[in-house]
Amino acid sequence: MIDLSNVSKTFTLHNQGSAVIEVLNDVSLTVSPGECVALTGASGAGKSTLMRMIYGNYRAQSGKIRVGGVDLVQSEPREIIQIRREVLGYVSQFLRVVPRVPTLDVVAEPLRAVGMGSDEARTRAKDLLAQLNIPERLWSLSPTTFSGGEQQRVNIARGFAHPYPAMLLDEPTASLDAANREVVLSLIETAKARGAAIIGIFHDEAARTRVCDSEIDVSRFTPARAA
Amino acid sequence: MTPLISVKDITKSYGAHIGCADVSFDLYPGEVMGIVGESGSGKSTLLNCMAGHLRPDAGSVVFDTRGHGPRDTVTMSEPERRMLSRTDWAFVHQHARDGLRMGVSAGGNVGERLMAVGARHYGDIRDKAVDWLERVEIDAGRVDDRPTTFSGGMQQRLQIARNLVTGPRLVFMDEPTGGLDVSVQARLLDLLRGLVRDMGLSAIIVTHDLAVVRLLANRLMVMKDGQVVENGLTDQVLDDPQHAYTQLLVSSVLQV
Repeated sequence: MIDLSNVSKTFTLHNQGSAVIEVLNDVSLTVSPGECVALTGASGAGKSTLMRMIYGNYRAQSGKIRVGGVDLVQSEPREIIQIRREVLGYVSQFLRVVPRVPTLDVVAEPLRAVGMGSDEARTRAKDLLAQLNIPERLWSLSPTTFSGGEQQRVNIARGFAHPYPAMLLDEPTASLDAANREVVLSLIETAKARGAAIIGIFHDEAARTRVCDSEIDVSRFTPARAA
Repeated sequence: MTPLISVKDITKSYGAHIGCADVSFDLYPGEVMGIVGESGSGKSTLLNCMAGHLRPDAGSVVFDTRGHGPRDTVTMSEPERRMLSRTDWAFVHQHARDGLRMGVSAGGNVGERLMAVGARHYGDIRDKAVDWLERVEIDAGRVDDRPTTFSGGMQQRLQIARNLVTGPRLVFMDEPTGGLDVSVQARLLDLLRGLVRDMGLSAIIVTHDLAVVRLLANRLMVMKDGQVVENGLTDQVLDDPQHAYTQLLVSSVLQV
């Protein structure tokens, strides 16, 4: 489902003396439907960078990134947008929303985008918000003023609204209490059971052992730094 | 899929000064493209060339018309182009007063565009005008008031209603949120996003506000000195800019 071959990434900082930073070199990995792979490695090893490249947010210098058979490195913006809408979900660490939009609509939006009717999408959104213990009195408010943990749970509800065949999860259990962490882990297990291919970053080791089938240490793709 | 608008090698000079040079891109139905760049980078020149307000020195702008398929709007006759700008196209100006008739009531401003495409029944026109005022969150009780009595944000929303009432397929916007205070901007952006999604509009938005393009545009084109220096998916261009100028632009934004 997700297939990377010989992917590398460098950042060129034109305004800082054209410094070239090599971040990742020759990454190859495959994730099959129903499988969850954890990215590990120290901070700065390139875990989030790799995840953003798979989402098409960062550009790869070389190699192929195939999601559901489509190479995102060669794709046009509209093709990447279509993949993101239908195939590839991404739960980032931070919620980014339009001001004024109620929480319920924030969560329902990915479903509306794939053509689901407003009522059906809202029903699904309500169900997820309830599962994640967001009090009903907050559903009609914009999440911009919510606490960090509440925003993270809204973000997760939004990310799990549409049953994407492939998902990227960046620290989905960070800043959650035990009860909500449990809800998120069971959402991940349900997604795996329906056949989603998942790549995750988990600092929470117990969570990682529970939901992930294998681990990839990203630091082995980090180019040796010149002394 | 046929592009809705296909721009090829558009060049426009003002004497020895280059407005924009060799700009080419295809925009597909449902896409929203942002054009950013500093003042004088040629983004408004380009927009006006595409919308038929300026005649480019070279190049073509092929638009997929409803009746006759792809047509070059640069070489078509003036009446044909005017018809397009009343039906399939809409143009939202930065200053609402450039896009409105200030001496005519709000309802009249919306109704005029309907009459221009053949609507004649007064009751229908008025009903549709009221409906559109409500869609852009203007109280229906203000239908007979002139835009001179409206706030800046209301004028801008009225201009949007006037433009969208005829169901265009492509909307050109020149700094649609410029000059509005931030709370009004947020409301307008939210409104535009909803309209773009619900009506399946394509849009080209010229702005220097990167937050506006992040919210509204799927894809982004960066211009400098009349040239396109970078283009791609909006979040990719903003989060991983490749060109020196884009890097400077993105890193210059003040964090709130």
